[in-house]
Amino acid sequence: MLLGEGARDGGEPAESVAAFDGAIAADERIEPRDWMPEDYRRTLVRQMAQHAHSEIIGMQPEANWITRAPSLRRKAILMAKVQDEAGHGLYLYSAAETLGTSREELLDKLHSGRQKYSSIFNYPTLTWADVGAIGWLVDGAAITNQVPLCRCSYGPYARAMIRICKEESFHQRQGFELLLALSRGTEAQHSMAQDAVDRWWWPSLMMFGPPDDESSHSARSMEWKIKRHSNDELRQRFVDICVPQAEALGLTLPDPELRWNETRGHWDFGPIDWEEFRQVLKGNGPCNEERLRRRREAHEDGAWVREAAAAYAAKHSGPGSADGTADGGARERTETAVSA
Amino acid sequence: MSAALALGDDALVLSHRLGEWAGHAPVLEEEVALANIALDLLGQARVLLSLVGDEDELAYLREERAFRNLQLVEQPNGDFAHTIARQLYFSVYQQLLYERLAAGDGEFAELAAKAVKEVAYHRDHAEQWVLRLGDGTAESHERMQSGLEALWRFTGEMFQPIEGLDAAGTTGAAGTTGTNGTAGATGTDGSGSGVDWAELESAWLSAVTATVERATLTLPTGPRTGAWAAGAGRQGLHTEPFGRMLAEMQHLHRSHPGASW
Repeated sequence: MLLGEGARDGGEPAESVAAFDGAIAADERIEPRDWMPEDYRRTLVRQMAQHAHSEIIGMQPEANWITRAPSLRRKAILMAKVQDEAGHGLYLYSAAETLGTSREELLDKLHSGRQKYSSIFNYPTLTWADVGAIGWLVDGAAITNQVPLCRCSYGPYARAMIRICKEESFHQRQGFELLLALSRGTEAQHSMAQDAVDRWWWPSLMMFGPPDDESSHSARSMEWKIKRHSNDELRQRFVDICVPQAEALGLTLPDPELRWNETRGHWDFGPIDWEEFRQVLKGNGPCNEERLRRRREAHEDGAWVREAAAAYAAKHSGPGSADGTADGGARERTETAVSA
Repeated sequence: MSAALALGDDALVLSHRLGEWAGHAPVLEEEVALANIALDLLGQARVLLSLVGDEDELAYLREERAFRNLQLVEQPNGDFAHTIARQLYFSVYQQLLYERLAAGDGEFAELAAKAVKEVAYHRDHAEQWVLRLGDGTAESHERMQSGLEALWRFTGEMFQPIEGLDAAGTTGAAGTTGTNGTAGATGTDGSGSGVDWAELESAWLSAVTATVERATLTLPTGPRTGAWAAGAGRQGLHTEPFGRMLAEMQHLHRSHPGASW
């Protein structure tokens, strides 16, 4: 642990606490070397790790369609998106590492089920239209959640989110455009799009977490300015954004209780099936087991590769040696790769 | 237009195979790198296939026998070392070939000049991994050697001349499909952007040998050509896994005839 030693209950130095509280009150950023309460650090590690894990697990439902994408243009877009997700995972693990943990430790917690990832990725991608529904709804919900995180009190997290949100909103537009093409396509394509939206709508609303009166971490996260808005506020904002977009798509949302509320100035919507949400969180969703197994397998199958890279690095890490890292080939994607 | 088809199919098929790695790579950095290479190749495939016709019709509506890619690129991924062996063999070939095309004044000069920059990264990535795996642990050494061995017999076909790339970059003249890809393609080396295939082969051999030896591995000694493998892919004769790969790739597109996506 880099930070927090000696800062256990009762051991917190008064001037550090005052400096921290002052920075939060003044909307200043907390940086890795600054003193911070142990609970603040723990909350951030948990949230950032869960966020990073969601990016990594979230590659699976979409990667499921890379080899079946129906046109080369769509295939390029989807590959680029899944690649971006791996990149987002990398940023977020790096940001979490500034709090004194390591990527290995966090992955280990993911693989052993001690840390979670977003419940949404436990739903299967059954048709090509699901790729569009994920882009439009799932990425749309993620952006609604994440844009306020660009102002989060912890500097490294806020900066990672700025970069991630730019790419996410691009994905979200591409998802919308994919669905629009289907909706305006043949009858079969239109039904495929409607069916996907029907299946992804409610799980997307669950992405904002439990209702405010049941959200255990919310109040303190808001006090610490990690969170800026409550779960229900963000969920309402998302519904308000989606209703007109669904209309533009020529698709319906699967909620008979959806109607404009003049007095509130918001869309009213039906009750969420929180029992389903709890089941998915408990590991009983449609793909929980599959997702985690696939993730563990990739890690275990790759162990010999990581060991080889480490052994090679140890042999060749003398002065003047440029080798020894496992980043071969990682670079910015060239513009030519995706001609959208 | 068989040259554009041959080069385009190579890029398309290898891109597809690399796309199968998504979510399975040994480290996150490799998720990014493999997807990156796959995207570059897909970009190249789209440009090349568009020279021939509609990219989607060509990718999704041709059957196995009409594809002109090398058998090497259609080989299943295997373990990471197999994938890297395939990348080494192909990226060195592609870089050397595209350098030669870029240096000429043929139809592919401009395209090759652009692609060769991407391919240089692919080759660097493959070579770095051959070094790490070959000179890493005993297990990785053995797996890398086995990957090199398993794919060696598919390397001879890379140097069967591609029709249209032999003389001054004229690609259209004899471009009817179904002709024996090697006929009329030899003996006219050295004019315009023509590729000297024998010279290309020796350049490839020395580049691959250098990397393999630096990685403390041994260059395979088995045959690189055979009655069946030599140039077969260029004539539409493929290996069994290829049909299954196409079935997966084309299924959705074929299920909705005439639809746009």
